[in-house]
Amino acid sequence: MWLLSEHSRGPSLRFGPPLLAAAATGLLVVGFGLAFYWAPEDADQGFSQKIFYLHVPIALTAYACFGWGAWKALRLLWTGERRYDLESYTAIHMGVIFGLLTLITGSIWAKVSWGVWWSWGERQLVLFLILFLFYSSYFMLRFSTEPGPRRERNSAVYALFGVVLIPVSFLAVRIAGTILHPTIFTHEGADLPGEMLAAFCVCLAGMLSLAGALYLVELSGKRIDASLRELKELLA
Amino acid sequence: MSAYAADVAALARKDLLLEFRSRDTLPAMLLFVVSALTVFHFALPGGSSERAETGLLWIAIVFTALLGLARAFAAEREQGVLDGLVLAPSDRSAIWLGKTIGVTVFLVLAELVALPAFALFFHPLSWELVAAVALADLGIAAIGTLLAAMAAASRARELLLPLLFLPLVIPVVIGGVGASVAAEPGSFLAFLGLYDAVFAILCWASFEYVVTE
Amino acid sequence: MLGVLQAPDYTRAVIRARKLSKRFGDKRVLEGLNLEVPRGGFVLVTGPNGSGKTTFLRLCAGLYAPTNGELEVDAPRGSIGFLGHEPLVYRELTALENLDLYGRLYRIPERRERCGAMLERFGLWDVRNERAATFSRGMLQRLALCRTFLHEPNLLLLDEPFDGLDADGEKRLHLKLAEHGSTVLVATHDPKPLSVRATARLALT
Repeated sequence: MWLLSEHSRGPSLRFGPPLLAAAATGLLVVGFGLAFYWAPEDADQGFSQKIFYLHVPIALTAYACFGWGAWKALRLLWTGERRYDLESYTAIHMGVIFGLLTLITGSIWAKVSWGVWWSWGERQLVLFLILFLFYSSYFMLRFSTEPGPRRERNSAVYALFGVVLIPVSFLAVRIAGTILHPTIFTHEGADLPGEMLAAFCVCLAGMLSLAGALYLVELSGKRIDASLRELKELLA
Repeated sequence: MSAYAADVAALARKDLLLEFRSRDTLPAMLLFVVSALTVFHFALPGGSSERAETGLLWIAIVFTALLGLARAFAAEREQGVLDGLVLAPSDRSAIWLGKTIGVTVFLVLAELVALPAFALFFHPLSWELVAAVALADLGIAAIGTLLAAMAAASRARELLLPLLFLPLVIPVVIGGVGASVAAEPGSFLAFLGLYDAVFAILCWASFEYVVTE
Repeated sequence: MLGVLQAPDYTRAVIRARKLSKRFGDKRVLEGLNLEVPRGGFVLVTGPNGSGKTTFLRLCAGLYAPTNGELEVDAPRGSIGFLGHEPLVYRELTALENLDLYGRLYRIPERRERCGAMLERFGLWDVRNERAATFSRGMLQRLALCRTFLHEPNLLLLDEPFDGLDADGEKRLHLKLAEHGSTVLVATHDPKPLSVRATARLALT
């Protein structure tokens, strides 16, 4: 069974998903409850500001997923253990999903706040657009390369490029704002009062747990696929 | 001269010699960039601002670079020679550096035609723009060379290279256009320098993993 | 896909493989290969097409990584001479320029002299300033052999080295192989010419 073990080594996937899923559900329910019923309404934006409790945790979770994917990619290049490829890929997949959700919730927020579905002045959105394009190209890279060590290494290197691109793009979009696309609107948050911060943190924890649960579920699914493929071809 | 520098020099020299012999990439780039600028003239409605024209110059540069990069590893790929380079005891990053120098030279040569053409067709250049172009060339060549090697391993390499390249080059375009039109180009030029440094180091360190198993 | 090695002695091994496997996607090319190649050994790797001869040589050269199992090659990169199916030369460069490039990369002392001597050795001195694109198949193979032997490798990995060679080329290669005290692995579908020299045989199925 040494063939199967190469993919199955790693954190135990037995108890992870249900625990995290339960944590996620709990945290999100509590978090949104706090956000909608307990935290005060924002003075300027009113009720629409509540999307902030959804949008920003999703965005931060996306960053976390990309970071996790890059970490696993680094481990792959460092140790050469092939299981890190699936872990990195799954994390980035999660990141792209949450990134897409960031764009969608951000767009909704823009519509609700300012009446436009898209604003180049909204730095967070623009940054996520760049990252979304980048990580979509990551998938194109994977799809068009034959499975094997070459694909694993190329994906890992590209994942590392992505995580370096995040701060570089952040800086780029920032300086672009000063001259190219003047920032008319901004969601620049003033310091969050205590209740808002607490609600936000709970929502953030919930989102991270959700991402974690989905990550573990998808990872185990991918590992089973890989093991199945190996078994099939062993028997062939 | 250290052994590493000698390797890089040998490889860069090889690429320039190959291009000088076969003359397939550079003339294409020159023609492409002038054609692109012509198309841009017709694409810009009358009365367009100088800033718009400058922006389009940067697009021309990016796509001319892509054209050149698509051919970057052509010789190695067609003849399988990359194996020979990888087998050598030299550091694999020397392959990247040598190739990047070659690509930079091609880009600069193409721009020696493109920039005067732009000044002729549109409006005069500023030194900031030229400085920005020079800095951008380094970054574009650095990441482009590595991505070209990556794409070479895939089935759809002509499609893949632009897809991998364009998101990464967005900050370069921001820096370049910003430096070209802003009242204070300093921060944009500094940003380009930062981009070059950061990604050059990353490419240098990771090229080994892209060409080996 | 199983390997059977009939080696007479086990001095310090240059190549050691344990349960070596290589897969490309779903295709298994090598499976559970165990062997040791002693220093100075001359191993013939035989087998039908698709049995993994080329793959095994490329694994030893470091061009492929094993899918499973272990492969230890006790030879630094600069002392391995690899001849594959491709000659690994630039078509638009001359024979001399190609060798000069490899000479630089392999840090060969007295580069010019050695390149010239190697070209002479394989009968390519007269065409040293011709581009490789003008070469026939046999001449390319000779140039590839020049490249392979240029840095006097201790470990030779030759994949069908006689492919494309005429009688003169074959003679030159035999002469070159005779003088070598290095470890040699030759993958070939026709073992007869070399079986005299071989100390062991690896038969892949």
